[in-house]
Amino acid sequence: MAASADNPTAIEVRELVKRYQKAKTNAVDGVSFQVRRGEIFGLLGPNGAGKTTTIGVLITSVVPTSGSCSVMGIDVARDPIAVKQRIAVVPQQSNLDRSLRVREILTFHAAYHSVPRREREERADKLLAELGLADRKNDKVSRFSGGMSQRLMIARALMHSPDVLFLDEPTNNLDPQSRLFLWDRIRELNQQGLTILLTTHDMDEADKLCERIAIMDYGKILVNNTSAELKKMIPGGNALEVRVRISDSAVDSALRARLQQSLAGLPGVAKAEEVEAGPAPEGPPAVTYRLYAEEARTLVGSAAQAVLATGADVHDLHLKEASLEEVFIYLTGRHLR
Amino acid sequence: MQARSRFSLGTTAFLAMLRRDLVVTGREFIAFLLQALMQPLFFLFIFGKVLPGMGLAAEGFVAFMLPGIVALTTMVASMQGVTLPLVLDLGFAREIDDRLLAPLPIGFVAIEKVLFAAVRGVIAGAVIFPLAWWILGARYAVRSDHIALLAGVIVLTACMGASFGLVMGTVIKPEQISMMFTLIFTPLLFTGCTYYPWGQLNNIRWFQIFTLFNPLTYAAEGLRYAMVPPINGRSIATLPIVWVLVALAASVVGAVILGSRTFRGRVVS
Repeated sequence: MAASADNPTAIEVRELVKRYQKAKTNAVDGVSFQVRRGEIFGLLGPNGAGKTTTIGVLITSVVPTSGSCSVMGIDVARDPIAVKQRIAVVPQQSNLDRSLRVREILTFHAAYHSVPRREREERADKLLAELGLADRKNDKVSRFSGGMSQRLMIARALMHSPDVLFLDEPTNNLDPQSRLFLWDRIRELNQQGLTILLTTHDMDEADKLCERIAIMDYGKILVNNTSAELKKMIPGGNALEVRVRISDSAVDSALRARLQQSLAGLPGVAKAEEVEAGPAPEGPPAVTYRLYAEEARTLVGSAAQAVLATGADVHDLHLKEASLEEVFIYLTGRHLR
Repeated sequence: MQARSRFSLGTTAFLAMLRRDLVVTGREFIAFLLQALMQPLFFLFIFGKVLPGMGLAAEGFVAFMLPGIVALTTMVASMQGVTLPLVLDLGFAREIDDRLLAPLPIGFVAIEKVLFAAVRGVIAGAVIFPLAWWILGARYAVRSDHIALLAGVIVLTACMGASFGLVMGTVIKPEQISMMFTLIFTPLLFTGCTYYPWGQLNNIRWFQIFTLFNPLTYAAEGLRYAMVPPINGRSIATLPIVWVLVALAASVVGAVILGSRTFRGRVVS
């Protein structure tokens, strides 16, 4: 236990395989990854990719067929009880105790984890206030909305001060406002030092929250990296889009040919293509060019100069990054949902 | 951080779960009592008052039947305390997941459920005595020299009902609940020697042997031994009390072992 303090790894998964009884294929098929302490790590993939099963093994509710896992340096199979002391879980669907009132759900959870009475009372009030549930503390949860249940489950998870928090599809089926609220809370928790492993099939969520993302499909991890690095995998994924405003009389092929030529001739540009032409929704007509390059953002200055040199106006310049969705399609040939 | 031992953490979690169940049951105590006592109330009224009043049941019949009613009520109340909640919880509510993540071996989450349901069963069984005294009036007759044995058999019966409830609660799926009542409950009620003493079944020998496979038979006979007053100075004939205690204890142990396994099978995949 003392040695674990120096270990920078919060979660380690080695060659994990899980095949359920009577299943024809492995739900998790040789997965390995590590999560550093204090990191938000995301498992991204479609439903049925093996994300929830992977979490299940880590939270001791699924017995692996082979491979091993440790949480905070503790082997999950060998000492599940010690793991349970360090982790907290927010499941996909509400499993809140419907016989208890909101505040009791928190205090009893803490009592199951041996948190002394005074401490659990104080912590319950603090968390209910932080998660905007203070005025519901004596209610029962049967009529709670999805967002409120999710917030209460997060509060419950934090009652015993875990080191690692598992969030299984934390904002699935929530309205946009609740999603943003939860994302803010999740970031705050992480800033306070909590290690978070979340699963999601929402690229946006993975992109906005996670430091590193492992993309899973059919029980395997296809890639595992930061969002920015993943996006670089797509050829030409990094591009500069230049929107050029041209006067009415100049909507002629001569000017457009000249623009294309000079943009393509800029040093570092692998390819320049006209992606969109015609009248802008408002104002004078415009043409958009996309410049592909290794480091597209270094082109901002030279591209603007090149446009101005032809006598046209720069309307908009922005870096076009590939989305994780495109990364997923690139890797699997399928859409995520 | 690690100052507290595993044992102390586990015990604290176990006691907190018991306290949770106490709080929840305490809030619905009246409903719980009504649920447990409705059936014995009518049994006592019809068989102890109405039928004897019409001359359709022998005067002594109710003294034989009262232990059967106590046994049945105790067992059913303990069983119901586990089976239905567990079927629903494992089927879809999954409220139990939070307790499964507490730092104690998951088998103890099941044991806690059994223990608490047994407490409910003992309460339901005990409340019959004042109820019977009130309804039966002069016909109420319970011998008072076997009080400790009486309490012991009630506790064993409750543990037996609760541990069978654990097995059923982990084996039955939500969509099979109505089938459970017809295929398991009904035979259990009528082959358990609750309404007739075992010894007098000897004219239907095969049925007499058949009833020995129902643990309720031992509960009812044990309570008859501990409750029915001697007639003309002689104690009534029942199954030997030692057999009763051994059979009840064995069924508790067997059902707890089996139930812990089936429970584990449902919560760990």
